[in-house]
Amino acid sequence: MARVVVDVMLKPEILDPQGQAVQRALPRLGFEGVSDVRQGKRFELEVDGPVDDAALARIHELAESFLANTVIEDFTVKVEEVVEAGK
Amino acid sequence: MTARIGVVTFPGSLDDRDTQRAIRLAGAEPVALWHKDKDLHQVDAVVLCGGFSYGDYLRAGAIARFSPVMETLIEQAKAGLPVLGICNGFQILTEAHLLPGTMLRNDHLHFICRDQKLRVENAETSWTTDYTAGQEIHIPLKNNDGQYVADEYTLDQLEAEGRVAFRYLDFNPNGSQRDIAGVTNEAGNVVGLMPHPEHAVEPLIGTGRTDGLPFFTSILKKLVNA
Repeated sequence: MARVVVDVMLKPEILDPQGQAVQRALPRLGFEGVSDVRQGKRFELEVDGPVDDAALARIHELAESFLANTVIEDFTVKVEEVVEAGK
Repeated sequence: MTARIGVVTFPGSLDDRDTQRAIRLAGAEPVALWHKDKDLHQVDAVVLCGGFSYGDYLRAGAIARFSPVMETLIEQAKAGLPVLGICNGFQILTEAHLLPGTMLRNDHLHFICRDQKLRVENAETSWTTDYTAGQEIHIPLKNNDGQYVADEYTLDQLEAEGRVAFRYLDFNPNGSQRDIAGVTNEAGNVVGLMPHPEHAVEPLIGTGRTDGLPFFTSILKKLVNA
């Protein structure tokens, strides 16, 4: 079992009105010194079996075709924890 | 014989009945299509209507785009089947890559509902021949994620090829780039827009005009004369 994390963020050139709204609320809550906020999505995939290159390639494809809309979003795929079974 | 125009219902679709009614008022026969059904029941054209398919989860239109009905629809749209996407339907068509660009949250972050003035820029698509190019129309707009975005290269290409089908006039309600309210594919059979022509087909409701009806009479004429 392993957890693969896909992080999806709006591309830097795409305006993020939600992030801006969060940023504007910060001073009101007493948080100073935060000049920018960007809001994204995090997907945690619990994967059965080994996360080998083939599995990662499939997840990459899934992220590119479904989890992210690459017209406006970038994504990263990383393996968070691998529990080695029966060494 | 009249034309049969399908209207797809997804879980969360809102305007399927209004769209069927608009099709009927135009003189065509509406055919209800179900999202789980791969079969398009030999319809001559399809409308993807407004609403919040699959709750807008992930992104508006992102999950609907992978439904069984869309598999068949994408294939047939590429082969020339006329498809109109209204609001959520437009979002589904961009997620399916049948139309370029995509929609972001409105720049002001509020749901907006208003009578919107538009200019018809392209009166040669399958869905707009009953308008004249440059014609100004009023139809309702109601959405949360209506901000049309695409990269500069794509926008320039759309402009150069006359594929910006509709533009917001007087007021840009959501921050859409270049005031784009709707676009068409290269062949002109697939058209998408955020405002709702199906809500402006009778004088009693909508904007008090019937400015949306030509969408449905355009496609009917095209199909019947074909």
